[in-house]
Amino acid sequence: MTGKNEKEVVIKVRGLVNQFGSDIIHDHLDLDVYRGEVLGVVGGSGAGKSVLLRTIIGLNKAREGTVEVFGEDPAPHRERPENSVQTRWGVLFQEGALFSSQTVAENIQVPLREYTKMSQELMNEVTSMKLSMVGLPEDAARKYPSELSGGMKKRAGLARALAADPEIVFLDEPTAGLDPISANQFDELVKDLQKSLNLTVFMVTHDLDTLKATTDRIAVLVNRKIKVGTIAELRKDPDPWIQEYFSGARGRAALDG
Amino acid sequence: MSIQDADSQADARAWLRTERTGRVLRLIAGGAWIVRDAARLDKLLADLRLDDAPEAVIDGSAVTQLDSSGGWLLVRTKRALEKAGKRVSSFTLPEVYSPLIDTIEKEHTAPPVVLEKRHGLMPLLDRIGRSTVETGRQGYRMLGYLGRFTIEFMEAMLLPRSNLRIAALIHQVEEVGINALPIVGLLGFLIGIVMAYQGADQLRRFGAEIFTINLLGVGILRELGGLVTAIIIAGRSGSAFTAQIGTMRVNEEIDALQTIGINTFDVLVLPRVLGLLIALPFLTFYADVMAMIGGAVMCYFDLGITIPAFMRQLHEAVSMNTFLVGIIKAPVFAIVIGLVGCFEGLQVERNAASVGRLTTRSVVESVFLVIVLDAGFSILFSILKI
Repeated sequence: MTGKNEKEVVIKVRGLVNQFGSDIIHDHLDLDVYRGEVLGVVGGSGAGKSVLLRTIIGLNKAREGTVEVFGEDPAPHRERPENSVQTRWGVLFQEGALFSSQTVAENIQVPLREYTKMSQELMNEVTSMKLSMVGLPEDAARKYPSELSGGMKKRAGLARALAADPEIVFLDEPTAGLDPISANQFDELVKDLQKSLNLTVFMVTHDLDTLKATTDRIAVLVNRKIKVGTIAELRKDPDPWIQEYFSGARGRAALDG
Repeated sequence: MSIQDADSQADARAWLRTERTGRVLRLIAGGAWIVRDAARLDKLLADLRLDDAPEAVIDGSAVTQLDSSGGWLLVRTKRALEKAGKRVSSFTLPEVYSPLIDTIEKEHTAPPVVLEKRHGLMPLLDRIGRSTVETGRQGYRMLGYLGRFTIEFMEAMLLPRSNLRIAALIHQVEEVGINALPIVGLLGFLIGIVMAYQGADQLRRFGAEIFTINLLGVGILRELGGLVTAIIIAGRSGSAFTAQIGTMRVNEEIDALQTIGINTFDVLVLPRVLGLLIALPFLTFYADVMAMIGGAVMCYFDLGITIPAFMRQLHEAVSMNTFLVGIIKAPVFAIVIGLVGCFEGLQVERNAASVGRLTTRSVVESVFLVIVLDAGFSILFSILKI
């Protein structure tokens, strides 16, 4: 897989316009995400990070422009065709979005049940493997989402997102609300899993440490436009918001430290 | 002995083959070992017959694609071979997959998860036991809550300026009373029509059509007016109380109120219950009037009884007592609906699902209690000969 010499574009956004009322959120954005990379998306509050994420995963219909994931329109289908994009990505929502009426194990098995014909025994084994991959203890399997702490919910959500071995994982603020130690562990986890599963990761985050630790490239949403580059490239950008973000006190502490 | 999937023409599809050379059993895997094919591979592996070879080799060098499910199947096979007492002398896969296999081999040693059983006798008994205990606790908590309400209510009445939130109270009266007028009025009117129609139909056989008005007057004023209004309000406002307070609970708003030092009873429960206490008697009266109008309209068209004749007969049929017996129940119903609605709202846990569950419970409980109390009133009045 790593032997691929040409960069394959897995997410392709062209001329994206999003507008709520008279508020223009995105003004003709272009974005390419390559297979196997970790892309961090940052931006001020209200800059449209979540809207971009939701547009790419087909939950928000763009006013103008096209979004393609694996060359396909990501909008939800009424009937799911074989091998549609929904079977090839996993999404971790901000609060985990675990189904509250089901235990953690049952949550993880939802995609497996939908997409594969695995026997119940194999599903139980795979579930157990995913739990250990995301670092949840064995007894978490039987718990309901309401019995989990915030960090455990995120891990369980990640396990569900990874359940059917997706090629892309979308993470919406994965470390928000975690203590620094848990956040570090989560960063490590994402990095490890990305490496061992060769995932493409699209991550919305505010956490400078996470950006530094995990991402290959960063997309900054600023003034309704998007600027993509590595941290080093972006730090040279003259835009005042980007300067403030990467070279303000927090930015320097995280990135130079 | 070789197991090969017959229809694996495309080389992308996963395949598995076994070979025996001397003392060594060779498992040769190739193709795409991925989650979409995992069910088939699981069956292939399950059908695998392990012979008496003391040594095994897993050769996955022909694997073209591997994900965690496929990786797990291979690791599991290796572990099964070892458990069967064979020495697995080599386990090869293309280099790119070694981080994945390392992750699985090192980190994953836990047994498969066990799903909770949802069906069968034991889970049923379990649920029955739990709900029995829960019902007992619920009754206990409700009693405590009733006591708290009584104290707070008395304080609010005796020292109104310190406790009662007048603005909130007026808002609630508007919300549960004035805004409910259209629906209560319409349903009252329709009940009047239905009662008059059915009554006229039966009484006509005895030539006693005029007594339709007696039936209407006594039936609506004593019983149906109050009961129907209370049931509508239980569905409309009782559920709203639970949902509003419950959502505040999920949102930690109630905790916020408490930390600011505000008595949640004063701001959430008392205005709602008192608002209902004020509004429900008026709504009942309004429903009574609308039902009489509905009945009069029906009598006019169906039986040809003119409005003055209707009024005369109604005047003879009912007394002030009939009306009072009906209306006296309204405040009691109001307190029950308000208390149950707020109580269930405060029981909500910090997850969204419990708002829905408790809202349902709140409506069911308040309708149930209203009907039980109505029956109680009937018995009481018959003993008192009212």
